[in-house]
This record gives sequence, C-alpha cells and structure tokens, in this order.
Amino acid sequence: MTSESPQVRAPALEMRGITKRYPGVVANDAIDLDIRPGEIHALLGENGAGKTTLMNILYGLARPDAGQILIDGTEVQLSGPSDAIRRGISMVHQHFMLVPVLTVAENIVLGEESTTRGGFLDRNEAHKRIIDLGRRFGFEVDPEVRVGSLSVGWQQRVEILKALYRDAKVLVLDEPTAVLTPQETQEIFEVLRRLAAEGHSIVFISHKLYEVLEIADRITVVRRGKVVGQRIPSETNEEDLAELMVGREVSLTVDRGESHPAAAALQVQGLVVRDDRGNEVVHAIDLEVRSGEILGIAGVAGNGQDELIEAIVGLRRPTGGTVTLEGVDITGLKSRDVYEHGVGYVPADRHRFGLVLSFSIADNLVLTSYHRKPYSRGLLRDDVAIRESAEEQIKAFDIRTPSADAKASTLSGGNQQKVVIAREFSHDLRLLVLDQPTRGLDVGSIEFIHKQTIAKRDAGVAILLVSAELDEILELSDRIAVIYRGQLVGLRDGRTADKNDVGLLMATGGRPGDDGTTTGETGSAA
Amino acid sequence: MTRRLSRAWSVLALPIISIVLSVIVGSLVIIFSQWLVTGELNPGLALDAYGALVSGSVGSERAIVNTLDNTMPLLLGGLAVGLGFKAGLFNIGVQGQFLMGALGSVIVGVQLSDSPVIVAVPVSLAAGMIFGAAWGFIPGFLKAVSGAHEVVTTIMLNFVAIAILAAAVSGPLNVIGSASPQTLPVGNASLPVILGRNGTIAIIYAPIMAVLYGFLLFRTTRGFEIRIAGASPDAARYAGMSPRHLIIWTMTVSGMLGGMAGATDLLGATHTMTTTYSTTVGFDAIAVALLGRTSPLGIVLAALLFGAMRTGASAMQIQAGVPADLVGVLQATILFFLVVSPVIKRIFRLKGAKTGLEDSATTFTATYGGEATIR
Repeated sequence: MTSESPQVRAPALEMRGITKRYPGVVANDAIDLDIRPGEIHALLGENGAGKTTLMNILYGLARPDAGQILIDGTEVQLSGPSDAIRRGISMVHQHFMLVPVLTVAENIVLGEESTTRGGFLDRNEAHKRIIDLGRRFGFEVDPEVRVGSLSVGWQQRVEILKALYRDAKVLVLDEPTAVLTPQETQEIFEVLRRLAAEGHSIVFISHKLYEVLEIADRITVVRRGKVVGQRIPSETNEEDLAELMVGREVSLTVDRGESHPAAAALQVQGLVVRDDRGNEVVHAIDLEVRSGEILGIAGVAGNGQDELIEAIVGLRRPTGGTVTLEGVDITGLKSRDVYEHGVGYVPADRHRFGLVLSFSIADNLVLTSYHRKPYSRGLLRDDVAIRESAEEQIKAFDIRTPSADAKASTLSGGNQQKVVIAREFSHDLRLLVLDQPTRGLDVGSIEFIHKQTIAKRDAGVAILLVSAELDEILELSDRIAVIYRGQLVGLRDGRTADKNDVGLLMATGGRPGDDGTTTGETGSAA
Repeated sequence: MTRRLSRAWSVLALPIISIVLSVIVGSLVIIFSQWLVTGELNPGLALDAYGALVSGSVGSERAIVNTLDNTMPLLLGGLAVGLGFKAGLFNIGVQGQFLMGALGSVIVGVQLSDSPVIVAVPVSLAAGMIFGAAWGFIPGFLKAVSGAHEVVTTIMLNFVAIAILAAAVSGPLNVIGSASPQTLPVGNASLPVILGRNGTIAIIYAPIMAVLYGFLLFRTTRGFEIRIAGASPDAARYAGMSPRHLIIWTMTVSGMLGGMAGATDLLGATHTMTTTYSTTVGFDAIAVALLGRTSPLGIVLAALLFGAMRTGASAMQIQAGVPADLVGVLQATILFFLVVSPVIKRIFRLKGAKTGLEDSATTFTATYGGEATIR
C-alpha cells in the first residue's frame, strides 16, 4: 500500500482511539485517523456516521470521552476552535462564515487584525499578505471587493484564504462541493491539489463517491461511528465504496424505466414572481409538466427557483401570469386550496417548513391534512384515526422509530425526510413538487426516495423536481429545464443530457453564443 | 420506572428549584430586613413567617376557602397568558383585559342588580368576557394587519384600560353624592356563594375553563393549529394554516379569559368599583402561566400556590410581623428564577430539564427581538 504512495513521512495529524458517546449513541467508537503532510485525505460516510462529531473534536468544539490527538507527533488537548487554529488546524464549513458586507480583506483578518502603533487597522500589511497567498496558490482575489458580490465558488476560496492566512497546515473541508457547479468543482479541486503540493494536508469530507475517487490520495470510510475501511482510489471503485459506506449492496443508479407521459397536468404561463424585497426574480416563465413525467429544474441556488415553486404551491402570490392544473386555474390560490386540488409539496428546508421537530411523528404526518376527514371530525381531532394512519405510513415508508409518539427531532435526517415524503405522497395526487428532496441524506434514504418518486411518476402523477444537485436532476428527470436569473434558458432530454452542457447552462445561462455553443435542442419548456 | 421518574423530574425540576430558591431568598430578606431595623439577627423569624403563611392559607377551613377564592382569578388569568404562549404570542396585556372585564361586568351588573340572580350573574359575567375579548382583539388585529408587536401594543393598552376605567367610574358610573367616585354595588349580579363564607361559584367554573383550555389545545383542530403556529410559524404557513387568522383568534380568546378573571374578581370580591380599582392579577398571571409551564394542570397548581400566598400574607403580617409585601418578593423571585432558567440549568446541571416553552417559538429574547415571521 505504501509503496506507491509518495508520502511515507510521519503523519501531520493523528487521531487515536477517539471515542465520543452521546446519550443513547456512540457517535465515535475508537476511531483512528492519520493525515500525512501534503495529503488529500477523504473522510467518507453517510450522514450520521460520525464524520461531523469527529471533525468537531478535531476542531476543539467537542471533547472526546477517550482517545488522543497528536499534531506532528505530540499529544495535544484542544480547548476550542481558537486553540485548534493556533495549532494549524482550520475548517471550511459547508455554510460559509463570511460577512457579506465586509470586503475580502476585512473578512480574512476578522479576529486577527494587525494594528498599527496608534491602534488602527493595518490594511496594507493584510492586503499584501492576501495577494501574496493568492498568487502562491493560483487564485488571486482583490482584497477590496465586498464578499457579497462574489460568486459562491469565490466565496469558498476566500474561506480557504482565511485558513491560509492563519497559517493552517491541516485544512478540513466539510462537503465543499455541495454548493458548486461541476465547473466550479473542478476549479476548487485545482486549488486543493496546489495546496497539497505545497505541503498542506487536506481532510475532504464528502458523501459523493466519484468526487472522492477523483481528488483523494486516501479514503477513510466511517459507518456508525467506526472506521470500516481505508482505500486508495486506484484500488477501489464506486460500488465498493458505497457498499462499505452503507454496509450492504446498493444500487447507485435508479432503474427509472420508460416514462409514459399523458396530457399536460401543470401549465405555467408567463409567470412573474417577486421576492420578499419586491424585486422581480422570476421573469415570465412558461413551463409544462405532463402527467407521468418528471420535469427537473436545474439551477444554481438563488436563481428564482424558490420563488417559482412558492408561487406554484400557493405560498407566494405571483404578480403576473397563470398557473393551471389539469385545466383549472389555480393562480394565486392559498396553499390550502392548492393542496385540495391534489398538489403535494416537499419543501427544501424540512426543519423549518416540512416538519415541526418538537411534535410527534403522528402529528407531523397530518401536518397538511389534519383538517380533513378522517383526521378531523367537525371541530375535533380524531386521535385514533391519526394514530392508525401514522402506524400504516411508518410501516409503508419504513420510518425507523420506536413509536408514532416519538418526537420528529429524535429521528435521523433520512427518517425525518421520510415522514415528509410519506405525508405528501399519500394523498390524492395530481402534481408533486419536490424541492431538494434528498439534500443532506444518506445513500440508503436517497435510494428509497428516488424509487418512491419513480413509482409516483409511473402511477401517472406529474412531478416537478427542483434540485441544486445536478446528479439528482440527471438521474431522475425525463426532461430537464435550466433556470438562470429567473428565466428558463434551455430544455434537454433527461436521457441524453450531458452533464457539462447542463452545468455550463446553470453557470452562465448559455451566454457565450446563446444559440450556437450549447448542444441539443433548445427552447422553452412549454 | 427510573425513566418515568426522570421524565417527571425533567418536568418538575425547574418549577421546584425556582420555588425553593425564592423561599431561600425570601428568608434572607426577612432576616436581614429585621436586622437592619432592629439590629437583631434572628433566623427563626423566617420559619415563623413561613409557618404563619402556611397556616394562614391552608390552616383552617376558612383559610382554605379564602385561598380557593383568591386562586380563581389567577387561574383564569394564567390560562389567558398560557394560551398566548402556546400560539407563540406574549400577551402581557392580561392586566388591561382584566380591568376591562371588570369594567364590563360592573356596567352590566349595576343595571341588573335587581334582576333575578339566574339572569344577572351570567349576563354580567358574559359582559366582562366580551369586554376582555375586545381588549384582546385589538392587539391581535394590529399584529395581523401591520405586524405591530403584541408586547408593545398590549402594554400600552394596559394604560389605556386604566384611563378608561377611571373616566367611566368618575363620570357616567359615579354615584351622585358619594364622597369619592364609586359605582353602585352589583347586587344580585354578585357571584353566589357556595362554599363557606365567601367561596363563590368561580370555584366551579374557573377549573372548568382549565379543562376546556386543555380540550381546546389537545383535542380540537383549532388547538392543533395554535400549537403548530406557536412551535413553528413557517411550518404553519407551509401547512396552509392562516397565521393572521390564528393570531386574531388566539388574542381574542386570551383576552376573553383575562376579562373573565376581572369579572370574577369584581362580581365575586369587590362588588363595586372605584377609580383606583386594581389588582396585580394580570401580571401575576404571567408568573402563573410560566410556573405552570402552560399546561392546564400546571396552571391550576401554580394558581393555587399564588392564591395561597396571597391569602396567607395578612396572617403572616399579623402573627410574625413580617410585611405582607414579602409575598410579592416571593412571587417576583419565582418568576425571576424561571426566566433565567438557562442559568439555573447550568448551575444545577439539569441537561434535560424543560421550561414547557420549548414547543413555542416565543422566548423572552425572541419576543423582545421582534422576529418578523408574519407575512
């Protein structure tokens, strides 16, 4: 194993026998991990496998119950993030910790300001260092630019610069590609390779198998708090990793079969929607979803897809255009009435919208139907009916819980989403709107939800799928529409669509030569 | 068994610790205030005072009846505050709703003072409830249409209520020839006494309201909506509920309960109104709802405790020479310790302990921060 690996030096960082127990679970069970200098080390595992706990321990946010952390061979006790940073460990979080109204330089020096003798900020010194660092690693950024005006990909680079500015030797990146387009992902990979070549160690946390295979020097797989294997990319493949990660064989691609679309179910014409601040963010969109097909809307987050969906499901009033469902005009109806027309909606943020975490699973399963028979009789709740249907759905959707009375907060992310799916899939559906239905979920749950979605399609439901995960769009959609700055900029066939082509459309709207460079049939989704 | 015990402890820990701490603080106040005045340091005085407080509130049949009588307005006020909390609303204006309820009941009660009891009492009581409901509707409506925060509007409406009451009593309701402004007594509209010397029928209907409160919250679809809206306004909107409608409805019903508390006090205890008519029930109700963790049974128990303290206060003053105002100190420190529960949790290492408000999006900080969740 070591013969072909260039790094045979002592580890830059070592974690030995790390154990962390929380009430009822062992989050980390005697985990060993060693990170060599100049190595990109992938930490692969499902959500809830213990990756985050392990990294919190490494970053000083949690204390291990047992085990040691060694930096350059000497044992350390980390008292907190500032201690970890001082010892050269930095973390780039999935959600950036940047202040949008401050400049790049201000964000980078935040908390680490160098001052002149009079107690003023020493800008020149900081600027010089930032430009030097950027030049060294091949991504120069203007220190004077406001962070809010940068793209997501560049904001991430600012985060990395922030770590480098603090002399980080070990950089932990938590799912860094989750918010990036395929092109941006390639760019960030370039940056990471450059960092590794300069001797920095990188811990790359992910559950995307092909990415891990592409970027990592070594891959450590964790499952249920334990290290279940270590691999070198050249000696493994996606199936092997998936099996290690889940603990059983999984099918990585959905067997979606042929779709048999019928008549148009949802027709959106000239829809104009404004956001909360009154800016028009959806510009006269036309689209159509037929019964029995999945229309995927691909787009980088913040291109109007949220507002588009909210306008369709009745949570936001459109300022122009019409929405019809099987010929019935449902424009501007309240969400309750839209629901009554046979629309199911799985919102992107299940914690904020889809569930009430402090309420029981049974209550959550009737969140959108509590007012209907048999759950409500007149003014009263029918607890017996609510319970019975909860038990049925828990069984049908394989929700892992000791009881229907357990609070939703006690479930894992995958099971929480199954509650939402069970609820929205079980009523009399004509249209199903899915917004990021598998975000942050483990492979097993994703597999389950994708299968259920295909089953609904085959049962003749029209499905509108919005996702920032291009892979998910490509895997499920019969047709793919790309949204860019509030407009649909392209329509592709789901089976023949090319990932790079769609990625480019997402990132640029197909600007360079609008009609020539992009392949395939263009046109509106109507 | 141990799991059941630990669950019970997680429910009871904070109220019990708050009460015990306030008793300790109260003892120190008693001992040191005596020391300051007389130079004597007598730890036994605290025991004497608490002994008198207990015997004065539950030591005799008469004391128990008085305690029950004092409990009922607190219970109704506690339900009013609790209902608001469940919906994520901080109705700090129960005091104003209480005063308006008392005013409504005295206006009608004086008119019906010669009517048969069977008519006079229910109608006067209903008048108080309607006045209170109206006083709760206003902040609810303002919040629903403009987002005006109920904490601000209800506090202001408390002052408006005081002014209206004074104007009404010194003006149209004033009895000509009385030395100071005062209304006529309510006569037959007085709540009938059914227990001891002054135990009124409030002892029956207030607990019934507590049962209805529990029934509303946990057995009806409206209650489900209220609890969901309180726990997660975003999820409520997603689920197709109408937050505006719920806010107005809840504030109105909360105000109705507050008005009922006021009517109960006026028709049951004072029977007449002066310009300075006032109690602290509206504010004590906040402590009652918090101590009772907004649960129906909890609010009943907390109201009993506060009612007993009120009742025993005079006995304490007479027998132990400790001012009755000490009860205010005790109630205020209980509220204080409940509000700083995160600190209490840390000091006593109570990880699982609950305040009962976790379900509700309203916390004191969020309330004053004024989250904009209504669109």
